[in-house]
Amino acid sequence: MNRLLLNKIILTLSTISALVGIGFLFWILITLTYKGVSSIQLSTFTNDLVEGGIRNLLVGQFTMALLATVVAVPIGVMAGIYLREYGGEKRMTMVIRNLSDIMTSAPSIVIGVFVFAFLVEPFGTFNGWAGSVALAIMMLPIIIGTTDNMLALVPKELREAGIALGGSKHKIVLQIVLKAAKVGVTTGILLSFARIIGETAPLLFTSANNQFFTMDMSGQFPSLTVSIYNLATYPDEASRELAWAASFILTAIVLFINLVGRYVTRNKH
Amino acid sequence: MTKETANPIMEVKDLFFTYPNAPEPTLKGNNLTIYENKITAMIGPSGCGKSTLLRAMNRIHDLYAGCKYEGEINLRNLKNNKMENTLNLKKENQLIGLRQKVGMIFQKPTPFPMSIYDNVAYGLRLKGIKSKSELDGRVEKALKEAAIWKEAKERLNDSAMGLSGGQQQRLCIARSVALKPEVLLFDEPTSALDPISTGAIEELISELKKDVTVVIVTHNMQQASRLSDYTTFMYLGDIIEFGDTEKIFLNPDEKLTEDYITGRFG
Amino acid sequence: MGGRLFKDFSLVAATLSLFLLVGIFAILFSYAQTSMHEFGFDFLVIDQWEADEDDEGGVFGGFIPIIGTLLSTLIAMVIATPLAMGIAIFLTEIAHDKIIKPFSIAIELLAAIPSIIYGMWGLFYFAPIVQSVFGGNGVGLLTAGIVLAIMIIPFMAAITRDSMNTAPDVLKESAYAMGATKFEVIKDVVMPYSKGGIIGSVILALGRALGETMAVAFLIGSVMSIPDKITDPTTSIPVLLANNFAEAQDLELSSMYYLALILFIVSFALITVAKLYFIGKKK
Ligand SMILES: Nc1ncnc2c1ncn2[C@@H]1O[C@H](COP(=O)(O)OP(=O)(O)OP(=O)(O)O)[C@@H](O)[C@H]1O
Ligand SMILES: [Mg+2]
Repeated sequence: MNRLLLNKIILTLSTISALVGIGFLFWILITLTYKGVSSIQLSTFTNDLVEGGIRNLLVGQFTMALLATVVAVPIGVMAGIYLREYGGEKRMTMVIRNLSDIMTSAPSIVIGVFVFAFLVEPFGTFNGWAGSVALAIMMLPIIIGTTDNMLALVPKELREAGIALGGSKHKIVLQIVLKAAKVGVTTGILLSFARIIGETAPLLFTSANNQFFTMDMSGQFPSLTVSIYNLATYPDEASRELAWAASFILTAIVLFINLVGRYVTRNKH
Repeated sequence: MTKETANPIMEVKDLFFTYPNAPEPTLKGNNLTIYENKITAMIGPSGCGKSTLLRAMNRIHDLYAGCKYEGEINLRNLKNNKMENTLNLKKENQLIGLRQKVGMIFQKPTPFPMSIYDNVAYGLRLKGIKSKSELDGRVEKALKEAAIWKEAKERLNDSAMGLSGGQQQRLCIARSVALKPEVLLFDEPTSALDPISTGAIEELISELKKDVTVVIVTHNMQQASRLSDYTTFMYLGDIIEFGDTEKIFLNPDEKLTEDYITGRFG
Repeated sequence: MGGRLFKDFSLVAATLSLFLLVGIFAILFSYAQTSMHEFGFDFLVIDQWEADEDDEGGVFGGFIPIIGTLLSTLIAMVIATPLAMGIAIFLTEIAHDKIIKPFSIAIELLAAIPSIIYGMWGLFYFAPIVQSVFGGNGVGLLTAGIVLAIMIIPFMAAITRDSMNTAPDVLKESAYAMGATKFEVIKDVVMPYSKGGIIGSVILALGRALGETMAVAFLIGSVMSIPDKITDPTTSIPVLLANNFAEAQDLELSSMYYLALILFIVSFALITVAKLYFIGKKK
């Protein structure tokens, strides 16, 4: 075939696929916004699921995600610090680094199964703690990865200058290196939070769901995403509308956090 | 003096060139004649526009949308001996044709991620040559012309990435030479190489001028004076002076040229 | 003081992720024992999933969910790969500088949308279209595969773009300087140069598609039967787990763990190959 024609065809096809991709984004966002906004009422926010609202679900989802963050961030950051600042070239460091990287892509449903085995089955009931732990397990490798990568971007000279001034290693790490990498690590935390707040699969049989408002994490715990899954398949119109409203709010939250994360990094660089 | 026999092959006339979003032109009305089968050196301080001018000569700038040209860059059509303005070329196939006539060698060697043989055969295949025997013949010829046949003949099917820097650069020259270009543009072809490889490339370039016209940008004054027949000195987007290399180096007309050559600035 | 403790604590934190991985594997393996003893490797080819009346035992085989997982993933990959490549090519070689940034953000946002949203949107907006074009009852392999494709496209495109961006400009310019067209430069220079990253991104997307739960759960139909046609409903490993894990008992539960183990091992192997072999070890 004629070279120039082939060139034209391929470039056109590429451009079309880009338009198709963007088309889907708009299609999804527009239907979601349309369906969501038209289904939202004030009572959506003030009522609990049992009365046709999502108040308890939002609180529940955020509680579990925040608790997961509170657990995963310190451990993940510390692990990242170990890998980059203390681990050196040791074989063990490489193994942990790569395995943790692989863990970021582990199927989320499997993590749900795992947590079920040791935090649900033994206690005989679904519970909020299990949901949080499942989310924390999803989050941990992401935090380790970003911390590790962001610390790697901090120039060697900064550490050397710190040592030259007589600082001890852990003080330099905490006070200079981590500070220099702060923006990147924060962005990583935000993005991983956005990821876990929208997770459903790891919650299905850990926290499961609860129609009522509760802060008692030792029993079934309200989840926005699990509710969406249930509501969407109910035959009645009201349930579906609530599912759309919840989906819209969830997506808005996730995309908002993502954009904030991007904005934070952009202002830095 | 070689001037009497020299025959213009390319003429730059009142060339203004503006990068995308740049407030003012980088090249400010350049005039320059390139003579056939001669080596023309372009010298001047960093940022004066040497690469910009060179890259205008085969319109490689056009890869990036928003570059603006004004003026003319004429290339002699070897079929009818008429000068034709290359800035008028619009269609993709015309630009492809231009780039096959006006080849380019870059500062860092740029072997493609394929075998040595395929690197040299690359441009030929693009031109539509498929016959194995013809390709073999032309690849061998090009590698010989680029003085790398001896090192490469036993490993034609090995990846080009395994060659040394100097060998890679000669391979890139072979790759361009295989297309039988009329003009070859070199942008600091030896500045990434050690002295021995540099010597080999310089020798190669002097050999090449039998068949092809050479324009070479260099920061190395000795290289310019050793290698070239003509030299042009650029400064802040202007061509300050053009002439016989000997004259430019020994007895330039312009004070600025003299200052630069004697190392008083830049 | 403090320094030693700090270091030790960080070491413990780092090893924790190792223990997690081993822990997941060990738990799945040990809980799957009952089923493994009962069915062995035949589990992979038994196409039945039926509990006995007395609720004690039954025959549980992974064939149907495994086939459903593989087929829906296959459909998704066949659709997603060319489109993702196209988007990556558009972003690295075609788009004007001004478009690249907003377009990239759009693609990344598309990747950030939770998978349950894709599932729900697919059920209400996409399934009817598939039904009217291809017949069937809307949910089934094809619908699941297509929506799965839409979901992994941005992810695949983003990684492919990143690796295509590593091809140096001079390399591309020297191909153009020999008279190559844009497509030829992409095919002969950019793609070979970033081959590892591109293959890696495809495998990672494959891993993601295999393990995806929510998008598929809405759309695959969730019935335990082998599909005859591409529009037929069936089920997949993650979907079976999502819907039935919580109620399962004894041998059935153990068989679910067996399925989870299979899924985990396959994804783990794929991701390992993609990350270590193609995309390159992390330094
Ligand atoms: N892509 C670009 N966009 C805008 N300005 C550019 C671009 N490339 C180069 N310039 C500017 O054009 C001027 C000339 O650059 P050019 O690369 O031609 O210089 P040069 O003489 O080749 O320098 P050097 O010897 O360092 O290679 C410089 O001021 C440079 O900053
Ligand atoms: Mg230059």
